[in-house]
Amino acid sequence: MSGDQERHELEPDVLAERAELVDAEHDLGEQELSVGARRAAEALTGVAPEPGVAKPDAILVADGVVRQFGGLTAVDVEHLEVQRGTITALIGPNGAGKSTFFNLVSGFDSPTRGKWSFNGTDITQLAAHKIARRGMVRTFQLTKALMRLTTLENVMLGATGQGGESLWRAPLRFLWRAQERDNVTRAEELLERFNLTHMRDEFAGTMSGGQRKLLEMARALMVQPDLVMLDEPMAGVNPALTQSLLGHIQALRDEGVTIVLVEHDMDVIMSISDWVICFAEGRVIAEGRPDDIRRDRAVIDAYLGARRSLKEDPQ
Amino acid sequence: MRARVTSLFAALLLAVMLAPGAAAVGAISSPPATAVGSIAVSQGDSAETTSPADGAESTAEPGESEEAAETLRGSIRGPDREPVPGLTITVTQDGTEVGTGTTNDNGQWEVPLPGPGTYSASLDPAELPEGVAPKEEGGEEVTGVIVRPGANQGVIFQLAATGDGEEGSAPAAGGITFLDRFLQLTVEGIKFGAIIAITAVGLSLVFGTTRLINFAHGEFVTFGAVMGYFLSVSPVNLPLIVAAVLAMLLTALLAGVMDLTVFRPMRRKSAGMIQQFIVAIGLALVIRHVLLVFFGSRRRGYDEYNLQTALDFGLFRITPRDLVVTILAFVIMGLVAFMLQRTRIGKAMRAVNDNEDLASASGINVQRVVLTVWVVGGALAGIGGVMFGLTQTVYTNMGFQLLLLMFAAVILGGLGNAYGAMLGALVIGLVSQYSTLWFPSSLQNMWALLVMILVLLFRPQGILGRRERVG
Amino acid sequence: MDLLSILSNSFRGALGPEAAIYALAAVGLNMHFGYTGLLNFGQVGFMLVGAYGTAVPVVAWGLPLWVGILIGIACAIVLALLLGVPTLRLRGDYLAIATIAAAEVLRYIYRSEWAEPLTGGVFGITQFANDFYDLNPYSSRLDLGWLSFSPTALWVMTVGWGATFLACGLVALLIHSPWGRVLRSVREDEQAARSLGKNIFSYKMQSLIIGGVLGALAGSLMAINTQALTPDVFMPILTFYLWTIMILGGASRIMGPVVGAIVFWFLLTFLDSFLRQIIGDGLIGLESSDVGAIRFAAVGLGLMLLMMFRPAGLLGNQKELRLDVR
Repeated sequence: MSGDQERHELEPDVLAERAELVDAEHDLGEQELSVGARRAAEALTGVAPEPGVAKPDAILVADGVVRQFGGLTAVDVEHLEVQRGTITALIGPNGAGKSTFFNLVSGFDSPTRGKWSFNGTDITQLAAHKIARRGMVRTFQLTKALMRLTTLENVMLGATGQGGESLWRAPLRFLWRAQERDNVTRAEELLERFNLTHMRDEFAGTMSGGQRKLLEMARALMVQPDLVMLDEPMAGVNPALTQSLLGHIQALRDEGVTIVLVEHDMDVIMSISDWVICFAEGRVIAEGRPDDIRRDRAVIDAYLGARRSLKEDPQ
Repeated sequence: MRARVTSLFAALLLAVMLAPGAAAVGAISSPPATAVGSIAVSQGDSAETTSPADGAESTAEPGESEEAAETLRGSIRGPDREPVPGLTITVTQDGTEVGTGTTNDNGQWEVPLPGPGTYSASLDPAELPEGVAPKEEGGEEVTGVIVRPGANQGVIFQLAATGDGEEGSAPAAGGITFLDRFLQLTVEGIKFGAIIAITAVGLSLVFGTTRLINFAHGEFVTFGAVMGYFLSVSPVNLPLIVAAVLAMLLTALLAGVMDLTVFRPMRRKSAGMIQQFIVAIGLALVIRHVLLVFFGSRRRGYDEYNLQTALDFGLFRITPRDLVVTILAFVIMGLVAFMLQRTRIGKAMRAVNDNEDLASASGINVQRVVLTVWVVGGALAGIGGVMFGLTQTVYTNMGFQLLLLMFAAVILGGLGNAYGAMLGALVIGLVSQYSTLWFPSSLQNMWALLVMILVLLFRPQGILGRRERVG
Repeated sequence: MDLLSILSNSFRGALGPEAAIYALAAVGLNMHFGYTGLLNFGQVGFMLVGAYGTAVPVVAWGLPLWVGILIGIACAIVLALLLGVPTLRLRGDYLAIATIAAAEVLRYIYRSEWAEPLTGGVFGITQFANDFYDLNPYSSRLDLGWLSFSPTALWVMTVGWGATFLACGLVALLIHSPWGRVLRSVREDEQAARSLGKNIFSYKMQSLIIGGVLGALAGSLMAINTQALTPDVFMPILTFYLWTIMILGGASRIMGPVVGAIVFWFLLTFLDSFLRQIIGDGLIGLESSDVGAIRFAAVGLGLMLLMMFRPAGLLGNQKELRLDVR
């Protein structure tokens, strides 16, 4: 039912899958750069590939964010900026603090100390739902489909500012009928975009793991966010769907949405990321364009160590 | 693995067996079962009575005909220990007369009451024989007698020969300082807490290994206490010690069977947690009310060790029975700790508690560990039930009342943490006893539950619990 | 054995005032558990404050009954706030324990000596609902031959079932609105709802208050129905009755509690009458004082079997329920 199972099923095919991915990366590399990618590359020219570097137009800025669990420091980020309109990848080995950092900035966990701002306003003390309403939406590592809601209802939930969500207006249908109609139209467009139209009235619980990933993205887009944070969007997804997901992510960036994604499988995202931030033991150890990261000594030591099977030999 | 369980039982059994010798030391002859809590006292310094402590509330189920109505009763003996017949006892409530009774040839009287509540009882000093008077001034009236639903509350009138009232009254009243009461309640609280602790450990272990809040755990306590009762009265008539051990084994068996027939199949079907939780509630209702059919709704005490002279340790007094029960409870806690720390099955339990998948992957038979947890938890609940029945009384609602205190203990200590449960139980025991320093004793459970709610407010992970990572 | 009288009793039980009162309380519980996923095991606490809120102002301060009912509702709102603020932020099982404990704490307080001037302590209070019966439009018995109801019972039934259906209608309107959509999303996954900008605490609190107020109204009716009130009516087992009713009918089904209450009371009275008859005929070695206990045991057994083999209840959708992964 869950992504875990699928991952198990895939185990024997891992090698084949990797080969496919490398090919796919080739293909992508040979394609002409999309509008968004070109725009992002231009914006980031001249930004030095070093940890904590300032960006020309940062949408998210974190300062001195520390999170300790008991004696263990899970996150210790001195300074971090995310450039607007880019696909920024947070990479790092398991337990490097990427997901914890995610939880912190999205308001799902509270930091030991530190502050961060989004679109220029400080959102450190803000509750998670308020952060989402301001246009920063996240997804989860383990997909959270709302099982006993239909696919359409799942997506509809993402719409913000719904009059019918207030208790007093809810029983008075005429007050929110028109808005609901508009939202249905928009939700149906999103379902169409993510090839989920045929599931419109099915319970989301009946979906496959991959469909749930798509549903989660559709739901997040319904919020009309400026920034989407994807927590391991490719985990447990088959190669064909991975391609489709990558395509969707790039399309979003081309529409001007900023994407931050967490992955520990570097190969998958190097090709689409405009900027990569590498975590290890809670700290940012490197930052830069994918090519910079591939060559970065610290990254190789901390993370690539055993996995030098990338196309480019770091030497 | 099975050998370990057996050895654990053997150890528990041994501990239980050690009890009688010590308990017998200070025991005095047991009176008829009906006279629990009501005894005539001739001289203030002659006897300490053990009245049924009000650790828990007996309550009539709604819509159910209560077989035993409330009464006030007692027996009156003069300073020469001879019964005083023909005395009129008047029972009032808020100044209104509720009823009267007359002492019979054995000096016994009984007045039926309209319901539970607070009453006063008085006798007419003029009717007393020549040379006999209430031991203290105003001693002809006993006020503030709290009668619980279904209770036959004993009332003691203290009489003395005229003239020696002065010397006798000094130690009995007025001399009790706040500190004395505090120390005495500390002892009571530790005793009560220790009993909660050994029952709460099972609840905590089951939660830790299966994430199930076992609502039926309280009923295991009742089951143990009631089995102990039936085995120790006629027709079986076993000595209470033997009955207690058998009750413990029977409860363990019941718990094991319940896991095998009800909860294991549900886990196998990967039934939701809420589903299992509600099944446990259903199970609790079944066990409690089946016991009610056989046991009846009255509170009863065990025949043995129910009236003892308290040992005076200067700072506090405790009956030998309670002392043994308390020590035994701590011994059992020690054994549980030993099991968790040192034995293979105990380590397996902790492993499953930490991470079931990981434990399963490293070759631990999780289902078997869970079964063992149920069996051990059941055994602890069973013996805890007998101890509770021994220090207080046996009634079918006792388990449920205790269950709420166990919840409080488990939450206080940190959900799923066995040592936390023990620590929490002691705190709960002390809180409930200390509350009687200032508040009515009928509310002592309430304070324990309020403490739990406060803990939820400020430190939901409990005293020993760790904060969970979100997301 | 007189089967006709057993059946007539059973039908009277299934449609009578108690069934209506339990249905109303279960509608509130369904709001909590069925639609929001809140494990409220203290619904009886809401009924208690509703009942005493209604009766105490009439007896102690001589206020009219309708003011009492409003006070009962206000008490339920206060209780929901007191209970919700500490526990709604916590995991579901904490809420279960906290609510059952809170309901017991309330019972202890209402029966304590402190509260006796107002609540009458363990003896309770009586004769406070005359205002209600003065409005009774029925003057004669309803007599269908084998089934009959007294005018007072009819009046309580009319109001009780009327309130229950109104409550069902309100719940239906709410649940099929965007508000209800958020509520159900909270039931499915709180974190997902939060990540989409929903203030889940606020929604859970609103649900707790609405369901609690429905419980309080049921408590008011219960007090009015008997004109006598003691705290020990509000034992935790009453909450378990309500859970059985809700699950029997089908949780998260609008009409679930109504169907559940009717079937539950039918079976319960049937069992009761049946047992009393066979005991009376000397067919079985039990005493009539055991009937109550056997009835409770049967409820427990029913709840177990229901949850093990048909957790979706009578109206529920088995397929939908299988999606529940908690």
